[in-house]
Amino acid sequence: MAEAAVKQTPTDAMIATLDMPQGGWSDAARRDALARVQAMGLPSRRDEYWKYTRPDTLVQAQAVPAALRDGDDTVLFDAVDRLKIVFVDGVFDAAASDDLALEGITIERLADATSDLHWARDVYGVLENNGQNPVPRPLAALNTAFAADGVLIHVTGKPSKPVNIIYRRTSTTADAMLHHCIKLDAGAELTLLENGPVAARFNGVLEVEIADKAAFHHVRAQGRDHEQRAATHIFTRLGTESTFKSFTLTANGVMTRNDCVIELTGDDAAAHVAGACVGDGGDFHHDDTVFITHDAVNCESRQVFKKVLRNGATGVFQGKILVKAGAQKTDGYQISQSLLLDEDSQFLAKPELEIYADDVACSHGSTSGAIDEDALFYLRSRGVPHGAATDLLTLAFLAEAVLEVEDEALREEVTGRLASWLERHAA
Amino acid sequence: MLSIKGLKVKLEDEDKQILKGVDLEIEAGKVHAIMGPNGSGKSTLSYVLSGKDGYEVTGGSATLEGVDLLDMDPEARAAAGLFLAFQYPVEIPGVGNMTFLRTAVNAQRKARGEEEMTAAEFLKVVRARAKELKIDADMLKRPVNVGFSGGEKKRNEILQMAMLEPKMCILDETDSGLDVDAMKLVAEGVNALRTEGRGFLVITHYQRLLDHIKPDVVHIMADGRIIKTGGPELALEVENNGYADILAEVA
Ligand SMILES: Nc1ncnc2c1ncn2[C@@H]1O[C@H](COP(=O)(O)OP(=O)(O)OP(=O)(O)O)[C@@H](O)[C@H]1O
Ligand SMILES: [Mg+2]
Repeated sequence: MAEAAVKQTPTDAMIATLDMPQGGWSDAARRDALARVQAMGLPSRRDEYWKYTRPDTLVQAQAVPAALRDGDDTVLFDAVDRLKIVFVDGVFDAAASDDLALEGITIERLADATSDLHWARDVYGVLENNGQNPVPRPLAALNTAFAADGVLIHVTGKPSKPVNIIYRRTSTTADAMLHHCIKLDAGAELTLLENGPVAARFNGVLEVEIADKAAFHHVRAQGRDHEQRAATHIFTRLGTESTFKSFTLTANGVMTRNDCVIELTGDDAAAHVAGACVGDGGDFHHDDTVFITHDAVNCESRQVFKKVLRNGATGVFQGKILVKAGAQKTDGYQISQSLLLDEDSQFLAKPELEIYADDVACSHGSTSGAIDEDALFYLRSRGVPHGAATDLLTLAFLAEAVLEVEDEALREEVTGRLASWLERHAA
Repeated sequence: MLSIKGLKVKLEDEDKQILKGVDLEIEAGKVHAIMGPNGSGKSTLSYVLSGKDGYEVTGGSATLEGVDLLDMDPEARAAAGLFLAFQYPVEIPGVGNMTFLRTAVNAQRKARGEEEMTAAEFLKVVRARAKELKIDADMLKRPVNVGFSGGEKKRNEILQMAMLEPKMCILDETDSGLDVDAMKLVAEGVNALRTEGRGFLVITHYQRLLDHIKPDVVHIMADGRIIKTGGPELALEVENNGYADILAEVA
């Protein structure tokens, strides 16, 4: 009891700074979520899943200001034909966005969808609430309660192009909370792209309900601002023969925590989640936390996470595969690897398997290593300079994760972004 | 071309002397062969010349066309024209063979202040050279040496040599692991590069390779020294009698 009382204080302090949007279909979900946060309390270092990542700056009432990154080169996905939805400092920018209309989908802003009845009622806060057990995710519940805006996408067909949510920053202090909901009907398909820095501090939730035979592809680049902080959650639930594939590129940012909670509820479904992360400096902290529940027969899940860390950067991976009783023929693969470019950098990994079915193939592996000296010498002996040879080997290390991006053009954009990061951060 | 004088080398981390004073002069246009018992220091010599870490030069010198090699980074030695075909070529997962070759060729050209090769130009040359060595397109696309058979790895070394057109080529047991036909291909590849301006140092255990790549000079290395130097007939002597007589003669 004493502990709970101590934990309430920062939670109440945070809640006191926030305004809950009132009325409409989301009202009940928001109130329920508020009750959840109050019961759980915001994360503290004593929580099992916050042992390696200090939640302090994510849970304190005021966001730490973050300088804007100056000097910009290319913008990701610029060459891709897509429908653009732009948020500036976490606020929707209608002028910069395209018409929210595309054959095969309906798109609305969360802030505009105020009727009493809405399809999103079955998704908003529902998947988040499902994902609270057995590991509490109070920042996600906080988001459901207070998110000011977001995008609601109902996919009924196969839209001709991806939807791209673009984030831009102009303020050094913005503290943004966005909540996106996506519902894919049976057989529907969507590619969602997200890129850019959201705010000095960002709390983001993405809920994706995937019906039978539907397919969702997600490629996200978390923006290159050095001082930004973000806690993001993806919650998804997959129906029979459906597909979920999500890839995240993280370069820079001082504190990033990406949670991904996946529930395979229909037979023969596939869920892939991957990430490539490059971090430079003692302030850099990146945490991938994944929880995959297999609750159906013959499903496949894949987790592929690669991190390149230098100059005292820290990387964390916590990945769990839970195979429920009856989830036979589960094929689960998990790999998390770090390339430590110096002795000051560190990688902390906590892979977990919990299996209650007997006909299951699950493998997991986690490694930390340095550049392969023999390979480096081989390249140099052919005339490739030390720096270029290191970059080549670093990109090779990241390649397995980047290969999870199926679309070749998108994959090349991601690789190009990583290569230019390596050039800018030459040893 | 390559001039090695009194070269002494020990292991960096251990008190173990491996090369105990090696003298070797390789003139442009000539092929020298080195034979010698296992562990005599042949690979060590080739590594030290190309700049591998882990060795400490405790005496002597090595120059390429008068330029001190031992002070240079490995990439600078490569750009200066030195090439080593590895006894054990390294596998590099995730780096495509083509990307690797093109990066290497252009890095050397850039270091020498020459024009870089365009993608199209490079592709044309590499395809022609690969064909001569019977390296198929698939092998060019795969990651460097990953999943290559022993012989494929050796042919890939010669392809790199052909693309980089070095001045001084060191071949460390390039014949090991090659079948009879592949050995001919490799020898043809080497012979095609035999020109006035280029020197070769061929490390081998077997006369068979020297049937195809005719050496001008043969050296015997034992216990970190060149103990005997002669013509092609020296290789035949080793083939027939082993090293016992030569070692006894010197002792
Ligand atoms: N990095 C190292 N660490 C320990 N010992 C080494 C190292 N490099 C070379 N040696 C030792 O130095 C000696 C010479 O080795 P080297 O590989 O040069 O022989 P070699 O003449 O090429 O032999 P082979 O004909 O078997 O290829 C051997 O005794 C070897 O074990
Ligand atoms: Mg050897």
